[in-house]
Amino acid sequence: MNPVNYLYLAALLFTIGAAGVVIRRNAIVLFMCVELMLNACNLAFVTFSRLHGNLDGQIIAFFTMVVAAAEVVVGLAIIVSVFRSRHSASVDDASLMKL
Amino acid sequence: MTHAATVHSLWTTAAAAPDKIPSPDIEYGQLSPTLIVLGAAIVGVLIEALLPRRQRYVAQVFVSVVALAAAFAAVIGLAAGDYGTSKAHVAAMGAIAVDGPALFLQGTILLVALVAVFTFAERRLDPLVHGNRVDSFAAQAAAVPGGDAEKAAVKAGFTTTEVFPLVLFAVGGMLVFPSANDLLTLFVALEVFSLPLYVLCALARRHRALSQEAAVKYFLLGAFSSAFLLFGIALLYGYAGTVTYSGIADVVDGQVRNVTPALAGTMGNDALLLIGGAMVLMGLLFKIGAVPFHMWTPDVYQGAPTPVTGFMAAATKVAAFGALLRLLYVVLPGLRWDWRPVMWGVAIVTMLGGAIVAVTQTDVKRLLAYSSIAHAGFILAGVIATTPDGVSSVLFYLAAYSFVTLGAFAVVTLVRDAGGEATHLSKWAGLGRRSPLVAAVFAVFLLAFAGIPLTSGFAGKFAVFKAAADGGAGALVVIGVISSAIAAFFYIRVIVLMFFSEPRTDGPSVAVPSPLTSSAIAIGVAVTLVLGVAPQYFLDLASQAGVFVR
Repeated sequence: MNPVNYLYLAALLFTIGAAGVVIRRNAIVLFMCVELMLNACNLAFVTFSRLHGNLDGQIIAFFTMVVAAAEVVVGLAIIVSVFRSRHSASVDDASLMKL
Repeated sequence: MTHAATVHSLWTTAAAAPDKIPSPDIEYGQLSPTLIVLGAAIVGVLIEALLPRRQRYVAQVFVSVVALAAAFAAVIGLAAGDYGTSKAHVAAMGAIAVDGPALFLQGTILLVALVAVFTFAERRLDPLVHGNRVDSFAAQAAAVPGGDAEKAAVKAGFTTTEVFPLVLFAVGGMLVFPSANDLLTLFVALEVFSLPLYVLCALARRHRALSQEAAVKYFLLGAFSSAFLLFGIALLYGYAGTVTYSGIADVVDGQVRNVTPALAGTMGNDALLLIGGAMVLMGLLFKIGAVPFHMWTPDVYQGAPTPVTGFMAAATKVAAFGALLRLLYVVLPGLRWDWRPVMWGVAIVTMLGGAIVAVTQTDVKRLLAYSSIAHAGFILAGVIATTPDGVSSVLFYLAAYSFVTLGAFAVVTLVRDAGGEATHLSKWAGLGRRSPLVAAVFAVFLLAFAGIPLTSGFAGKFAVFKAAADGGAGALVVIGVISSAIAAFFYIRVIVLMFFSEPRTDGPSVAVPSPLTSSAIAIGVAVTLVLGVAPQYFLDLASQAGVFVR
């Protein structure tokens, strides 16, 4: 199969994730959409790595996974602390600072 | 030798021993500023784990201050060893550039962080709680605001001394960010300095709901923008087949001709280059806080603990502009006819948008946030110049601006009422009559923001606009001067409010700070005046440091 198809898939996944961040309202779902975007990046890296015949892209994919894991740690901590004080994970409720 | 081997040797010869994989060659000495700061951050984590609570504060402050000062000394040592000029080169197997802009910005970030740590360590502003001195940070960040666990933590006199290692980790990332010489290092450095900042935003002692809200917004939008940055990196990797800056620049310049037919679809494909470059720029402009990627700035600046806001506003901007300069000047100069119009647009809406919206603000921290957006626009004007003067003027502006910002936010921590900091502008009315010194110091910072002569703001703005005009961006300079005038209006309005209106009877009081905050503010004033009165030495320093290594 032509590896370029995987690039289209990566772009599609990235778009789904970005659209999800814009449309959805639950902080956890938003966060999952961001993770989907990062995984789309990984797919693109690995595909380009295959196309170019060098390993850079595969190494970068590992780095991305580590960074995504670190981001989960920090992000879930913040979201959980907000949820515990407000009993809601909706980003629309977080509006104490409107103009 | 056995019989088989002798026969075998008739028609074979021993090949050379297989090449060993060369071990990476790391120039530890040239990376020492970053290594010192990250090492101290790890020591800070160990202090949290091993020392009893009572001793942690002193130990953490000591380790942070010593590490930042030592790292600054290391930067000075490297600069004195000509690593900024004649010996500028790429270290750590091509991952880190050691050159003039990198060293200049690292020195600025380290000094800013050192002064910021003073404001983090301040413990005299809040009244004693159960006989314990407290700082600006939550007693226990995990406890629910207003809950029993929080009350118990406050009563026990807990303090979040973890902020010091968090700051050091953030500084470590910021030191790498402007010197990153490949896109992977850029991305990792971005996350290394962003993640601690997200956590720091959530740690305010007062108005904890606001602080947590700021952290959620900053985190979600920050993660969103870094995903864009990463996809942009993927596309640039697809375009060039490498993520090193010089490798991509070579492909952009058309110096790589031996494209194999199998790669014709990706390598050298302009669509990948343009979309990828735009997405990487988007990620960097988000960190800078340029319109239209500025939505997080006011909320985060307002909600975060004020010492954190000051640190973030100053140091993040320095690091992000450093990375933006290197990307535009080293990786994409061959594409400048494409990115200059876009950056023109971004700079114009940033200058005007920040200045106009700031006029309507009623909260000091939000006001300073919008003013920081306007200043990002002014700095972008220097970035667009694409001349050596452009680089050096941006470096100078960043150094000048960061100390004004730190000082201004340090003053904000002093003006307090029963609910903590009184940030609403109406409460600042008549402050000049109650506390002339504090109001005068704040007026100096506001005048520097406005760009009045004899302050660093004027020297910086003049340098940036002159570089932009010489670089053929005259129209941009006109718009910049107009938005400076709009911005001057609201800075002057605050000064008038402080000195010429009647103080309110229920107005806030000015807390008497410890020598820590006093010296932070004094350093801010001193740098503002010195860079304003005698900028030439520092302008020369910046122009010596204005050449990127490739």
